[in-house]
Order: sequence, then structure tokens, then C-alpha cells
Amino acid sequence: MTKVSSFFARRSGIIVAGLVIGGLAATLQNADLFSGRSNPPNMGVCVACFTRDIAGSLGLHRASAVQYLRPEIPAFCLGAFIAALAFGEFRPRTGSSPIVRFILGMFAMIGALIFLGCPWRAMLRLAGGDWNAILGLVGLVAGIGLGVLLLRGGFSLGRAYPARAVAGLAMPVLMGVLLLLAIFYPVFGEAGQAALFRSAKGPGAMAAPIVVSILVGLVVGFLAQRTRFCTVGAFRDLLLMRDFHLFSGIVAFLVAAFALNLVYGQFKPGFTLGLDSDGKPIQQFAAHSTHWLNFAGMLLAGLSFTLAGGCPGRQVFLSGEGDGDAAVFVLGMLTGAAVSHNFNLVGASKFAPYVVVIGLVVVGAIGLAGREVFARKEAKVCQPV
Amino acid sequence: MSTSVDARGLSCPQPMFLTRQALVEAGSGEVVVLVDGADQVDNCTRTAERLGWQATCEQKTGPEGRVFELTFRK
Repeated sequence: MTKVSSFFARRSGIIVAGLVIGGLAATLQNADLFSGRSNPPNMGVCVACFTRDIAGSLGLHRASAVQYLRPEIPAFCLGAFIAALAFGEFRPRTGSSPIVRFILGMFAMIGALIFLGCPWRAMLRLAGGDWNAILGLVGLVAGIGLGVLLLRGGFSLGRAYPARAVAGLAMPVLMGVLLLLAIFYPVFGEAGQAALFRSAKGPGAMAAPIVVSILVGLVVGFLAQRTRFCTVGAFRDLLLMRDFHLFSGIVAFLVAAFALNLVYGQFKPGFTLGLDSDGKPIQQFAAHSTHWLNFAGMLLAGLSFTLAGGCPGRQVFLSGEGDGDAAVFVLGMLTGAAVSHNFNLVGASKFAPYVVVIGLVVVGAIGLAGREVFARKEAKVCQPV
Repeated sequence: MSTSVDARGLSCPQPMFLTRQALVEAGSGEVVVLVDGADQVDNCTRTAERLGWQATCEQKTGPEGRVFELTFRK
């Protein structure tokens, strides 16, 4: 077990995890492999989009094109839960500013849905030739850079403390219930009028076979828990400490997704995909070309994720290993998805610029206020136990 | 003289960052870091080894649960 454990902690471990996760994500997009059924283009895995789809399936928003109880997200959590149990790392804990993490989760999601994707999807979009992703990734890195400045200034959300088992088990159990609902997909009333909702067309209607999605989700959750795979941590550690460890994982993710997209014929380069018969540009799938909003949405998301300690995937995996604060962040993301669609803040909506400004003010204020809690001079220095 | 950092319960990247600060400030000698997650053991050890420090890890169980005591020497 120790040898296996140390493999995952090494550079080779994170690279293997990145290759596997990126490869599986591109594969989930390939309809030819699964009799015409696949996840949407450049959306093999997207923690933001899938959480948004789950919010829709539960009736938290009524955007009919994006309602499906995606099994990947609960499977991520349960894969991480299994890995944490197997390696003695399940550790119930909470108490590090949960309500602040909820708000960060909300604004991270609102920002990500303006760009139309989480950091994972930003890389999948780039690997699929959607050049709008470049603006999103530049915004993400800028947001992480702002977060790093705040971390250098002593930002902290405070300590988490060991908690009762129930605090750590709550999220894996909740995710287990969601997974059962995804498998049996009951409708609690007239279809289309009561949950669970399910899109008849649009991205929410595009899904890989559920068995494939669950297996991929469990594998990704397991690997990511062992290797601490984190897309935001990758840039953060590079900027903060010149540490390339996590960065090598996301490079591997990008390389694997790009290579398989070429093999599968899924690489379609351009900001748009040519013109339609009326001479209007055809957008890349689930994308827009309002460059500054792609940048600004991910700026907000990058800052929010950095202050919360990791990317949306990492928050789901942490919630699976007993981190009650990460669980609250995930619930914040679910709520943020509902707010985004109910208040028409998604993509290049006319309301998007306002919420970006509001979000940057709120999250910026959290960042500035949090600095004093853990200013360097106050760093608690103590005797070993 | 040894320096100690208590990084228990802190989110990423604070345990790594505080470890790095303590090691850079100390320059050499012994630095003890307390963490409570196996992920932070990996992170802090990697940070220290990159700076040329030798790491040892001892697992202890105290009243507040499991604690990893990392000792770095240079």
C-alpha cells in the first residue's frame, strides 16, 4: 500500500492521472463509441456544467436545455470517498468559514457559467480547438494571480477542525442518493412539471451511457483523490512557489485530450465554425465569442476557486474524503447554477457584466477581509504535540 | 534551535506556503511542521525536498485526532 501511495504522490503519478482523466474526458465526447450517445462536444467532463445540469434536473432552475442528473459528479465524490477509505485518509472535518465558502462557490459558478465551463472544460475546449477558451484560461490565470497576491498577504479562511463522522459522511451519502436517483430517474408527478426534469434537446439531452459515465466518474474520483489533481492549484503553485507538480498533471490532461480529439476527429479549430446559410457565424458548441466576458467570467471564477483552496473538481473530491467545508462550497456551486439561470446571467447575457462586477467586489472584499485573520505576523507558531 | 509551524486544519496552499516561508527564513537547522492531512504531508515534504531539506514524518494520535509531525533538517 505504501508503494502504491508513494507512486501517486510522485510526479509520475500526477502525470498518469492527468493522461487518464484527459483521455477519458475526450472519450466521453465520442458518440461513435457508444452508439450515438455521448456527452456534449468539448464537455466530456465539466464540473460547472454538470452541476448546473443537476440543478436543472432537481428543478432548481427551469432552463429546459440543461436539465439532467449527471451521474459523473456523484461518482467523482464516491470515487474519492472509496479511495480515502481504502488508504486511511477519510477524515471528517469542518469549521473553516463554511458560509464564506458557500458564497465563493456561488460566485465561482456564476463566473464559470459566463464563460460556459469550469477550468476542466476550459482545457477540453482548448484541446478541441475552441479558441474562445484561450480568453477564458487567460482570465482564469489572472484570477488565480489575484488570489495568489491575497495569499501572499496572509489570506486565510481559518482552520478546519476534526468533526463527528456524520459531518464527513453527509456529502458522500447525499451524493449516493443523487447517484441512485440518476440510475432510476423517477419523476415525482407529470413529466416536465415535476422533478426529476430531463432535457429533450440541447446539451442536457446529450449523455454517454450511464454505466460508462459512472465507471469513468469513479475512476476519475479515485485517481484525483490519490494524486490531489487540481487545475487551479496547478497555476497557483506555479505562481506562488514555482512548483510544477500539479501543473504537470494538467499539461498531461491537455495533451491526452488533444491527442484523442485528433484520433476521434473531434478537433475543430476556430473562434467560430464558419458561417451558416444566412451568413451568420456558427458558434463553437456551448460557447460564445464575447471575448471580454470569457475573460472576466473566468477571472471571477479563478479568484473564487483560489480563495477556497482548489478547483471545482478538487472541492468535490475533498467533500468525498470528509471535508465538510468543501461540501458547503459544492452546495454553493449548485445554488450559484440556479441563480445564474433564474436571473439570466449565463454566457454573454446582458446582465452578465453587472454580476461580474458585483462578484469581483464581493469576492475581492472577502479576500481583503480574510488577510487579517491570518496575517503572517499572526501565524500561529506552537510547540510540537 | 528548531522552529515550529502549526499548519493543522489549513486549506491549500497554506501548509506548503508556511512551510516554505519557515524553511527559507531558517536557512538551515531543524524545522518542525504539524499537519493533519496526508495530502499536506506529500505537499510539505515535496516543498522541503525541492529546497534541499531532509524530511522525516512521524504520525501521532492526540486528543484532536491524527497529527503528522514533519521534521525537516538541513
